Amino acid sequence: MFYRENGQFKASYRADSQIFPVTQDRLGVLFMLVIALVAIPLLADEYLLRAIFIPFVILSLAALGVNILVGYCGQISLGSGAFMAVGAYAAYNAYVRIDGMPLIVALLLGGFFATLVGMFFGIPSLRVKGLYLAVATLAAQFFCDWAFLRVSWFTNNSSSGSVAVSDLSLMGWSIASPASKYLFCMGFLIAFGLMAKNLVRGAVGREWMAIRDMDVAASVIGIRPMYAKLSAFAVSSFIVGVAGGLWGFVHLGSWEPAAFSVDRSFQLLFMVIIGGMGSIMGSFFGAAFIVVLPIFLNQFLPAVGSLVGIEISTAGIAHAEIMLFGVLIIWFLIVEPHGLARLWSLGKQKMRLWPFPH
Amino acid sequence: MKVRIVFLAGVLATFGAGAFAQAKEQFFPVLTGRTGPVAPNATPWANGHNDYMKLVNARGGINGVKTLVEECETAYATDRGVECYERLKGKHGGATVFQPLSTGITFALTEKVPADKIPMITSGYGRSDSADGGVFKWNFPLIGHYWVAGDTVLQHIGKQAGGMEKLKGKKIGVGYHDSPFGKELLPILQERAAQYGFTLQLLPIAAPGVEQKATWLQVRRDQPDYVILQTWGVMTPTAIKEAQAVGYPREKMFGTWWSGAEPDLKDIGQGAKGYSAVMMQHGAEPQSAVVKEILDKVHAKGQGTGPKDEVGSVLYMRGVLGALLATEGVRAAQERFGKGKVMTGEQARWGYENLNLTQAKLDALGFKGVMRPVSTNCVDHMGSAWARVHQWDGSKFVWASDWLQADEQVIRPLVKTSADKYAAEKKLTRRTPADCQS
Repeated sequence: MFYRENGQFKASYRADSQIFPVTQDRLGVLFMLVIALVAIPLLADEYLLRAIFIPFVILSLAALGVNILVGYCGQISLGSGAFMAVGAYAAYNAYVRIDGMPLIVALLLGGFFATLVGMFFGIPSLRVKGLYLAVATLAAQFFCDWAFLRVSWFTNNSSSGSVAVSDLSLMGWSIASPASKYLFCMGFLIAFGLMAKNLVRGAVGREWMAIRDMDVAASVIGIRPMYAKLSAFAVSSFIVGVAGGLWGFVHLGSWEPAAFSVDRSFQLLFMVIIGGMGSIMGSFFGAAFIVVLPIFLNQFLPAVGSLVGIEISTAGIAHAEIMLFGVLIIWFLIVEPHGLARLWSLGKQKMRLWPFPH
Repeated sequence: MKVRIVFLAGVLATFGAGAFAQAKEQFFPVLTGRTGPVAPNATPWANGHNDYMKLVNARGGINGVKTLVEECETAYATDRGVECYERLKGKHGGATVFQPLSTGITFALTEKVPADKIPMITSGYGRSDSADGGVFKWNFPLIGHYWVAGDTVLQHIGKQAGGMEKLKGKKIGVGYHDSPFGKELLPILQERAAQYGFTLQLLPIAAPGVEQKATWLQVRRDQPDYVILQTWGVMTPTAIKEAQAVGYPREKMFGTWWSGAEPDLKDIGQGAKGYSAVMMQHGAEPQSAVVKEILDKVHAKGQGTGPKDEVGSVLYMRGVLGALLATEGVRAAQERFGKGKVMTGEQARWGYENLNLTQAKLDALGFKGVMRPVSTNCVDHMGSAWARVHQWDGSKFVWASDWLQADEQVIRPLVKTSADKYAAEKKLTRRTPADCQS
């Protein structure tokens, strides 16, 4: 009743090809942007911003990057953590070694180097597919772990191997308060989100999806697999690299290679699978599920326990959190194998028909 | 997106319900590692810390101010540690001091505590260069850091060899946790190696360290004269078992103070006989007065945090010492800012910087024979650099050395160089003498 595109006629190609052709979608996105850019920075307290929203925004960005590669182009990658690490360390080196390096340029340089490394490790994708490619990209993970632990040049010869940055600022705007950090990350997320949305519905995105669905057929109709696959690796690693830079610079402030271990790669892959492969929206759902849910359970369980008069020990909560989280993953994959984004589009479909189900 | 908002509303609700202010209570947050690869070692630490806090309350608090603890589980993961820090720092009127019990979390929090004005005690771990209070205003590696551990363990090895100069030409293997925690030990060993002419064989062990076959085959092949272990959690017992498997004598293996406690050795029992570890002042102290008092006033009333039989064990005692330093700093701050008042983090920081625990005070608190006097100032945030070595006799630890003091002549320049490098990277200036008075 409220959500239906009937009667919204487009009079020009331009209007027809806009990102959100349906008025309700446009309003919805606008509403969410207002919430994200105005309401949250004003209303959320420091804890919510620092511990929930900032990691959520940064990992959504990373999941978006991984989704382009895994969800849209169908190239399974277990090297996302490594590309984040390359982004973070390259940005760090640019930032400390070059005097007066602007923050944004440093982060984008991190993304650029992540692109190079991502394309290099994407080369095997031209010959191997599926699980074999996953194993090949795992090599990127182990190589980067090794490089950042052993090559002391990357960490500016820090004796402990841990690096740190502080006093971030952008053209005189100091990025120190939680709200400014959040807005800074949000800026990247919006910019890359729009870019990704446009890419996937343009020619490049269609090539990626053609390769994903059947690469032989795609090359028969004139899509160059090498160009399509490597461009997916490039775009994906760039976004993941910038997310890695943000994770180190803005969220942690000080990090070691363990922050981008193989666990992070798996986490990002799970975000994409649970959120929904081949869906921009799914990246956000997946990140929320993986980042926010454990923390939520961790605080929700003792609250529930105290309601019924049980005091759960710290270790008990941690164990319960892991178990419940595992159960929820399995439950969501059983009821909705296409990811949370599918639930979202089902919901939209229901809204179209509402209040008459048929 | 609606799902997300519902989630957030839920988070808000639980958070709001949990936060309530209480008067006259000094809040000490505890970051625990009760699960994960370090659980066997980090659990007694947290239990000891909390039991001592309960004992302080049973004794009447800090000049009447009761202590309050709340735990948050990090499982030794840095990102969860940062989340816990953000969760706890503002609760119950504001955190007094953080003790992260993880070097990775310490590094991350070092960047955050100056802005939040909360001090951080990292007794025996964290950044060694943070002993320089001129650069690290909010960090307190009280009574020891890794470089003290490294220097004292080398002194002990030197004594075994018959003098430090006898180490010339020898080869010392270093098995270390391949993370900032492990690597922090290396600068002092490298410094000493250059000075005395021995070589180091670096043996990095990837966390969590349950697979070390390759490392120990390397040890068997190269037969270093001694092996130093800088390991934590399940990594330590695995290393000792592997050493046993390749026949490397445990008498030639020396742990630092995170690699020589009961959970590491008791399951190996006789197999670990002869293994020794340098201890940050205290060892296992079941006979000490403070342990008897904890058993009497906390455990006897059924308020003990953990099992009774771990009371007085090595890592339990380290937790007790952590809580002692945290509360005594507050007591020192109360001397200046008002007795019987709740101290803010900023005021407590002054207390940690002007700590003066004399032997008489320590004896009165029940720490006779457990630890030595500590006195800090604006420049020196460590306050004491003493250690002892204990050895596993198959079922318990026995002291194997007299008191050893780390050589300040060597450590001080190392600390200063490293702190200056940090300051230069961060574009910080050293604190002025005027700042020290504040």
